[in-house]
Amino acid sequence: MRRYFARKIGIYIVAFWFAGTVDFLVPRLMPGDPVQSYLSNFIGANTTVTQYRAMYSAFAKAFGLNVPLWDQYWHFWDGVLHGHMGISISQSSLPVTSVIRGAAIYSLILLVPAIVLAYVLGNRIGAMAARRKVLDNTVLPIGYLFQASPYPWLALAVAFYLGAVAHWFPIGSGYAQNLLPSWTNWHFIVSVMYHWFLPFLTVFLVSFGGWAIGMRSLVIYELETDYARYLRALGASQRLVRRYAYRNAALPQLSGLAIQLGTVIGGNVVAEVVFQYPGLGHLILQAADSQDYFLLMGIFLFIIIGVLVANFVIDIAYVMIDPRTRLAMQGAQA
Amino acid sequence: MSLKVDNLRITYRTLRGDVKAVDGVSFSVSDGEIMGLAGESGCGKSTLGNSLVFLEGRMRHLGGRAELDGRELPIADTRAMNEYRMRQVSLIPQYAMSALNPTRKFGKMAAELLKSRGVRFATVEEELRRRLGLVGLADNVLNLYPFELSGGMRQRATMVLSTILNPSLLIADEVTSALDVSTQRAVGEMLMEFRERGFVKSMIVITHDMSILAQIADSILVMYAGKLAEKAGSDTVVNNPLHPYTQLLLASLPEVGVRYDTSALVGIPGRPPSLLHPPAGCRFRARCPFAFEKCTEDPPFMELQPGHQVACWKAMKDAGLDIGPAVPPAAAVGEEASR
Repeated sequence: MRRYFARKIGIYIVAFWFAGTVDFLVPRLMPGDPVQSYLSNFIGANTTVTQYRAMYSAFAKAFGLNVPLWDQYWHFWDGVLHGHMGISISQSSLPVTSVIRGAAIYSLILLVPAIVLAYVLGNRIGAMAARRKVLDNTVLPIGYLFQASPYPWLALAVAFYLGAVAHWFPIGSGYAQNLLPSWTNWHFIVSVMYHWFLPFLTVFLVSFGGWAIGMRSLVIYELETDYARYLRALGASQRLVRRYAYRNAALPQLSGLAIQLGTVIGGNVVAEVVFQYPGLGHLILQAADSQDYFLLMGIFLFIIIGVLVANFVIDIAYVMIDPRTRLAMQGAQA
Repeated sequence: MSLKVDNLRITYRTLRGDVKAVDGVSFSVSDGEIMGLAGESGCGKSTLGNSLVFLEGRMRHLGGRAELDGRELPIADTRAMNEYRMRQVSLIPQYAMSALNPTRKFGKMAAELLKSRGVRFATVEEELRRRLGLVGLADNVLNLYPFELSGGMRQRATMVLSTILNPSLLIADEVTSALDVSTQRAVGEMLMEFRERGFVKSMIVITHDMSILAQIADSILVMYAGKLAEKAGSDTVVNNPLHPYTQLLLASLPEVGVRYDTSALVGIPGRPPSLLHPPAGCRFRARCPFAFEKCTEDPPFMELQPGHQVACWKAMKDAGLDIGPAVPPAAAVGEEASR
């Protein structure tokens, strides 16, 4: 057990180092110069070349971009380990960590409920559809439709009909524009929920269909397995057979959930862009647009940590739920 | 009289039509009898055995009845049948090695199964442990997952679980087929011991392996293409078979001490007929070296010697019975044309 987790943690550390290095390199390989684009906020028509050069070298120094790449790399890891990710060039020079924190909460309240609810309901209904013709012929085709429709198209259709045409829900932004963000203000929270609904609905629908379809076939498979046949032959209750089938069918689904939950940290770029929802996905787009090295690196690092942590948690959960994985970690052969 | 089956007919639904896997089968098994049920694959022996416990979704009960200890088994009504399962009639399935839920400890699964049958686990736990010891499984298998047991251990655990409520009739479906020869013998002896100790009253052992039946069965019932061919005590069937199919089946077994590099092992030429549209008359006649005109009629399953039943016109003729004239030529011709 201990060896298994020691090995796992070792793998996670290597993965973290590798992903962090890529995170460091990717913004630097983008065309363009972040100092220059930052300075464009300050220079006027009468700025002289000497002044510009002085400002440039001052800011390059401030951003730590005046030293060789190798030194920047060391500074990067030093910052990561101390929690300093620099300041955001595009977001009013705020520290990257606080910009990310501000956006992350919107992504989390949008995606965690959508994904978890879709997982729970999708699996339940998929399992029911496996043995009830009526459900199989109604919910499942709808599930297929949502799951197969391109998400941007579905999101735009929902935004157009429920937002622009019917005016049931607002579109654009995460809260009413006449409110200041404050999580203690009741009006603000209500407004956030009101704006939250459409992006939530679309993310939920797309994900729900996938879970239901997958679970349906997994349960059908499990109900045909030898242990299910044996239990029926010995007169076990339907409830027991279904419970076993559901539990065993849920195991592969759980890995899928882990992957989805890991990516939650990065927000859902398309959903947040379509609905102009101020989460991390939206922030990624802004950061890339304005060549905001530090913000981009910070968000990616956040995603890296999120995916690794989610995977680790699921590794542990899997060991607890599926006894077969416990055998593998004692070094026995399959 | 323990089990009495009367004119039982079971079909299998397939995309191409109904397969008449069990076509009018009548026999009985007495208390304490181990009856072997033998035949080639696809002859309907597993369907017959399974239908007495659980009629799966694709199986249909077309007619006939089965009576166990004087009570009719509601084999077509899976709900009503539930009460009988495991308590009166139980099954060791063909797939006994994979019959346990892979994600449940054996003891937990047994407890949950028994609970759903309205039996408190605590009342049988002691006996379960004792019987597991009897088949050579240590107590701790109750705390192990199926993947922690070997295939043979899983099979023995399944055998014990299937019989824990002392059913009157046990169907053992191909329990020895996936085992090596020495283990086959051990499993056969376990089945006999189960009967000696009264865990089960009588048993139907389904197999294609005549040698294991010669070892453990009291009587042997031979099926061919969904119908009964021959039934008698196992010594009689092995040493003095009357049905040509049984004779050829036994002749195709290798003998101890004979080298088959000089004399080839003989099989039965031809293949059994399709059970989608079985031919009229004796179903073995296309492969039978003794077939004659009378064989276009369906032979009755007749007791030719005390306790020895055969469905064969030739055997009846040899026994000196008047089998009557063959079918009028016109009818026979019409029948040939319709096939």
